[in-house]
Amino acid sequence: MTNASSILELRSSPHLRGGTGVDTIMFNVVVALVPVCLFSIYHFGLAALLTLTTALVSCVVTEQAYCKLNRSKSTLGDWSVTITGLLYGLTLPPGLSLWMVMVGGVVAVAVGKLLFGGLGYNPFNPALIGRAFLQAAFPVAMTSWPVMPSHRFMAVPSSTLAFPLTTPDYDGVSGATPLTAWKFEGVSTGMEDLFLGSVAGSTGETSALIILLGGTYLALRRMLNWRIPAAILATVFTISSVLHLASPDRFAGPLFMLFSGGLMLGAVFMATDMVASPLTNFGSVLYGVLIGALVVVIRTWGGMPEGVMYSILLANAISPHIDSVVRNRVFGTQRRWLVREVER
Amino acid sequence: MNMFGARSFAHGIHPPASKDDTRHLAIRQFPFAPVLVVPLSQHIGKPAKTCVREGEEVVRGQCIAEPDGFMSVAMHAPATGTVRRIARAPSITGKMTPAIYLEPFPASTQELLESTAGDSHSRSRDQIISAIQQAGLVGLGGAAFPTHAKLKLRENQHVDTILINGAECEPYLTTDHRVMLEHAADVVNGIEYLLKASGAAQAIVAIESNKRDAAESISASIASRTNIRVEMLPVKYPQGAEKILIKSVLNREVPSGKHPVDIGVLCHNVTSTAEIGMLLPHGAGLQDRVLTVGGPAVKHKGNYRVPIGTPLRFLLETVGLEQDATSVFLGGPMMGQAVSSLDIPITKGTTGVIAFGARETGHLNDLRAFPCIRCGYCVDACPLFLNPAQLGALALSESHEKMAGEYHLFDCFECGCCTYVCPSHIPLVQHFRIAKSALRKKEAAK
Repeated sequence: MTNASSILELRSSPHLRGGTGVDTIMFNVVVALVPVCLFSIYHFGLAALLTLTTALVSCVVTEQAYCKLNRSKSTLGDWSVTITGLLYGLTLPPGLSLWMVMVGGVVAVAVGKLLFGGLGYNPFNPALIGRAFLQAAFPVAMTSWPVMPSHRFMAVPSSTLAFPLTTPDYDGVSGATPLTAWKFEGVSTGMEDLFLGSVAGSTGETSALIILLGGTYLALRRMLNWRIPAAILATVFTISSVLHLASPDRFAGPLFMLFSGGLMLGAVFMATDMVASPLTNFGSVLYGVLIGALVVVIRTWGGMPEGVMYSILLANAISPHIDSVVRNRVFGTQRRWLVREVER
Repeated sequence: MNMFGARSFAHGIHPPASKDDTRHLAIRQFPFAPVLVVPLSQHIGKPAKTCVREGEEVVRGQCIAEPDGFMSVAMHAPATGTVRRIARAPSITGKMTPAIYLEPFPASTQELLESTAGDSHSRSRDQIISAIQQAGLVGLGGAAFPTHAKLKLRENQHVDTILINGAECEPYLTTDHRVMLEHAADVVNGIEYLLKASGAAQAIVAIESNKRDAAESISASIASRTNIRVEMLPVKYPQGAEKILIKSVLNREVPSGKHPVDIGVLCHNVTSTAEIGMLLPHGAGLQDRVLTVGGPAVKHKGNYRVPIGTPLRFLLETVGLEQDATSVFLGGPMMGQAVSSLDIPITKGTTGVIAFGARETGHLNDLRAFPCIRCGYCVDACPLFLNPAQLGALALSESHEKMAGEYHLFDCFECGCCTYVCPSHIPLVQHFRIAKSALRKKEAAK
C-alpha cells in the first residue's frame, strides 16, 4: 500500500463476470454431437466415418486457410467450425463421393460463414448452406442411398471413393429412406425402427433417441433454446395429426412425420443455431412454428420427400425480421405489436 | 413466481453474495483523518453554499454549507477543527469539484453539536421535510438523491406506500444489513417521520432472505404497529433497484420515464431511514455514514462509521491493503465505480469501498472477446426486458438515436446483468454509457 495509485486498474462495472464463454457453449454442442456421430458410424460403418471425417476436415481446413490468408488469429478455439463440420457431415447420405463432401464443406464455411464475416454474422446455418449447394449441384448423388456392404466396417460402397469430378457408380441403390418409401411407394416404416434409427437415411438423421438425448443435455445447460425444437415438433405433430385424421390414406401419421427424415436432427441441432435464430423467446416459438409448418407442407405437397433443410434456411432468412417485429414488452410500457415506436 | 412462493421479479441474475466476511462484524467508528475533504456537491442537484470562512474553527456537526435552493442539502462539519481552505478537490468522475478542507483538532473530544430537537408527532409535514433538508440527508443507497425532495409532493400527487429498501442485493456490501441489526429502533423511528411527511398509510421494509436476522430485529422494533411490516424477498440481483423492488413487493410497474411517486410509492434506503431516525430527534446533521470496507484485497474488513470527507487513501491505509491489490471501487462490484485516484474523499453516496486483488481481476484481462452470437442470455437477464444484444449491435454502428428511440436506452439503469452473463464478454453496459453520454452531449449542444 505504498503507492497503490500507480497500480490501480480501471475497468467499467460490472467488476464481476459470470456464466460461460462462447467457446464453452460451442464445445458442449460438439460433446452433444459426438454420440450422434458415433451411432452413425456404428450404423453405416466405414462409409459414415469417412464422410464425417472428410466433412469435418474440409470445413476446418477452409476456416484455417482463411485465417492464414487474412493473417488473423486462428478461430479453431471457438469450436464453431467443428460444429459446422460435424453437422454438415451428418446431413449427407453415407456413400456420397468423398470429393463431393469436400466441395460442399468448402462451400459451407467459405460461402455460408466466412463470406458474411465469420462467427456471429452468418445469416444462415453454414452446414445447411453446404448441403443446399450439394443438393443443387449433385441432385442424383444426394438422393441415392447405396446398399451398405455386408462387412460395413471393412468396406465402403464404391460410390464413396469415386474419382473426383466423375459421376459415381452405384453397386445397387435400394434401402430407400422411410420418407421416400412413403412418398413414392406408399410404404410405411415401423415406429420402433424409426425411433432407434435402424433405417436408411443421411448419416446423422437416423436415431431420434440419441439426438433427443444430446438436445436435452444442451437444453438443461441452457446452451440450446428448447422452445425452438419444441415448437417445431409440436407444429409438425399438430398439423400432420389433423391431416392424417382427415385422410389417413393420403397423409402420413404424426409419429411417422416426427421421427422420419432429418426432422429431429434439424429441429434440435440445426434450427437452434443461435446466430441464425431469433433472440426473444416468443420470437423463437414463432420461428419454430414456421419451420414446422414448412416441413409438413414441403413433405406433403412438395416435389421432394424431405423439406427440413429448406424450411430451416427459409426461417433463418426470416429470423431478423421476426426480431424486429416481435419484441419483449419493456418494463413499464404497454405491449405493442407490429408498431415501431416513435423516435424520442 | 418462484419456488419459494415468495414475491420477486422476472429475469435478473444470481452472482455470488460474498457477504460472509463482513456480515457478522459490528459497525465501528472510523478514526479521523488528518485532513477531511468535504465536497459541496455530494448529491444530485445544486451544490451547497459554504457558510464558513477559511481559517474558521468549526464544531463537529455544525452546518458548514447551506442548501442552495430546494434541490440541495446542507453539509455539516465531520469533525471539530479548523477550515484550512475552500478549494477544488478531485472526485470520482475525474473532475475537480469545490470542497471544504477541514483539519480536525487532534486533541478534541469530538462531541457532537445538536440543535433544535423534535419528534415526528409534534412537527408538521413541511417542518419534517425542511428538517431532513437541513440534516443534509440524501439517498445513502448510492444514488445520493436529496431525501426531502422525494417527500415534497405536488398538488396532484398521492403516496399510499413507503417502501424501505433493505434488499442490499450488491455482493460484498453489508452496510444495510448491519444498520438493520444494530439500529432497528432508529429505522422504525425514521419510518414514522417518513409516514408523517408523505401522508402514506403504510410502510413496508423489504429485506432479502439472506438477512433473516435483520428482518427479525426490525420486526421486533415494529412491535404492535400495524402500519409497518417486513416483507421477505428471495435473493436475486438487482432486487434493490427502486423500480425492481416496487415490482417485487407491490407488483406495480413504474411507467417508463416516470418516477415511483407517479404510482403512489416512495422508496427510501434503509440506512437513510435509520439516519432520519437518529438525526431528527436531536436536530443533528449527517457528518458520517456507515459503509462496508471489504473485498479480498482488504486486510481489516469491516463495517465502519466513516466521517464524510475521509480521503480514500487514509481509509485504505488504515484498514490495510494486500500486496496484490489491483483495483478499488466505490459501491458494490456490480454497479460500483472503479477509482483512478486515492485522493478522492468518501461522500454521502458511498455505500462501500471494495478492493480486488489479482485473483479477482486477473481473468478479466484474459477474457477473450467474441462477436455477439445472439445467444439471448442478455435478453433473458435484463430485469427491464430490454434487448441488450440489439442495443449492443446498434452501439457498434453508433445508431444512438435508434437505441434511445426504439430500444429504450434511457430506461437502462446499468445494473450490469447483461455484461455479467454475456458469453462473448462484450462490455455492453459500457457501450450503453457511451451512447447515453453522446446523446446527452448532443442534446446539450442544441
